[in-house]
Amino acid sequence: MIEVENLTKRFGGRAAVRDLTFTVKRGEIVGFLGQNGAGKTTTMRMLSCFMPATSGTARIAGYDVFTQAAEVRRRIGYMPEGNPLHLDMRVREYLKFRARLKGLSVARSRERVDIVTEQCGLGDVANKVIGTLSGGYRQRVGLADALVHEPELIILDEPTKNLDAHLTRTVRQLIKDVSKDRTVFISSHLLPEVELTCTRVIIIHEGVIRETGTMDELQRKMSSSQQVIAEISAPVPDLREAWEHMAEIEHFDISASEGSFHRCALTPRADVDLRPQIFELAKSRGWQLRELTRTRHSLEDIFVHVTKREQEEN
Amino acid sequence: MQPFLTLVRRELGSCYVSLIGYVIVAAVQFLLGLSFVIVVRALDNKPFDVPVTEAFYNNGLFWLVMLLAPPIITMRTFALEKFSGTYETLMTAPVSDLQVVLAKFTGALLFFMSAWLPLLAYPLLLKRFSVDLTQVDSGALGGTFIGIFLFGALYISLGCFASSLTRNQIIAAMNAFVLGLGLFLVGYLTFILPTKPGWQSAVLAHVSMIEHMKDFTRGIVDTRQVVFYVSLTTLFLFLTLKVVESRRWK
Repeated sequence: MIEVENLTKRFGGRAAVRDLTFTVKRGEIVGFLGQNGAGKTTTMRMLSCFMPATSGTARIAGYDVFTQAAEVRRRIGYMPEGNPLHLDMRVREYLKFRARLKGLSVARSRERVDIVTEQCGLGDVANKVIGTLSGGYRQRVGLADALVHEPELIILDEPTKNLDAHLTRTVRQLIKDVSKDRTVFISSHLLPEVELTCTRVIIIHEGVIRETGTMDELQRKMSSSQQVIAEISAPVPDLREAWEHMAEIEHFDISASEGSFHRCALTPRADVDLRPQIFELAKSRGWQLRELTRTRHSLEDIFVHVTKREQEEN
Repeated sequence: MQPFLTLVRRELGSCYVSLIGYVIVAAVQFLLGLSFVIVVRALDNKPFDVPVTEAFYNNGLFWLVMLLAPPIITMRTFALEKFSGTYETLMTAPVSDLQVVLAKFTGALLFFMSAWLPLLAYPLLLKRFSVDLTQVDSGALGGTFIGIFLFGALYISLGCFASSLTRNQIIAAMNAFVLGLGLFLVGYLTFILPTKPGWQSAVLAHVSMIEHMKDFTRGIVDTRQVVFYVSLTTLFLFLTLKVVESRRWK
């Protein structure tokens, strides 16, 4: 759906984004993650045909965003950062205006406005002036606008910025609902946001893509440090001895837990899953095992890892 | 065509739902009403040898409206959209830059002309209450409206251009006013400089808007003047388009 190749944008001498190359397949929900000023908005503006790149190409649904902008614009629903709206218009009036602007016929625009109003839960406020609405409702109006012409691709730039936790959840659910039959490209500097909504993540840092992949892939990339936690009821010396003899364990750490249980944090040497072995061991020795988990890295860990690596290289 | 009409409707709508739209209409009505009273007083006292329309245009209030209203009407066209960020949603919708520029121009011009509509009532009042029915000539009246339209088109396009340059509405209005006033005052040079034969005086006479309006209010629609206004309007619209497009090559 999105094919980006060596996309670069310079403002004066400074490169806002450098050599971006990535693809987004049809039906994916891709999170575009980066700190403030990493180049997220710049990339999104280029993809939405708002401004051209200095070099490189970007294609959406097979159309070039620079030379076939009209075709691209018809196929995308774009919600810019900060969700700008005409505050003097009423919700329904605004959505109708946007639908007509995007080339829908009168009858079709009426039909679509009804659908997105319903879909985004705007029924109660359809006749209110946008300027009087709360942030959450405004966000929904922006989303309804992005959806009104049934685009194949939705590009959302920081859709939950400045919303409280409750509203963030509502908007997130809304994004999930609408993404069922289309591709979504969503930018955020909020990690849980992306972790909960997206199937794939692209991490951008200082204008360069640092990491890309599904959450599982990213987990695996980090797996050299993927610990296994086991809570076992056994004497400490026995445990110590057992771990020392297990070749795959590089490092271990034992701490006391409630009762007779000890909490062992085990770091594997290579990309192996220690859990079956530990289970077998406990079974053969007759130890009681009450917890056996592999710590999953949160996106936050991955993100910090990726961006720290960059800083160290510098 | 559909996006263009949709945008024109939106532009007009934003004028008529905002307070500023009605302030402009009210101010124009007040100033025009005042100049009408002045004209009527003048008619009352002594015999009149020029058409009423000419007497009407030939006072400061008429020009005040002409010079002040367009910058205030057009100041929001681009500057407000840029300021509020809606420029981005507009420019990523499937509309061309030319459509946007023309729609904003058309919307503002239609609003400007609508503010002059009550002027049509004045001749009727004159006809109703004056003894001499030849005072108001429909040709002169038509010429006056054509003049107002052409002058308005030029100043609205100039205002759109000024608005496209900035994010600040006040700066947009100031720029448009200063540019417009400068253009207008060039015409005054014909009164100040001694007329001597030569191309300089001829050029000045051709760009004097006061002289143009004098002809229009007498019912003379001169092709040279129409060309003058239309080409300048086109020039400013072209410049606006280039400014709007400039985000592509910046």
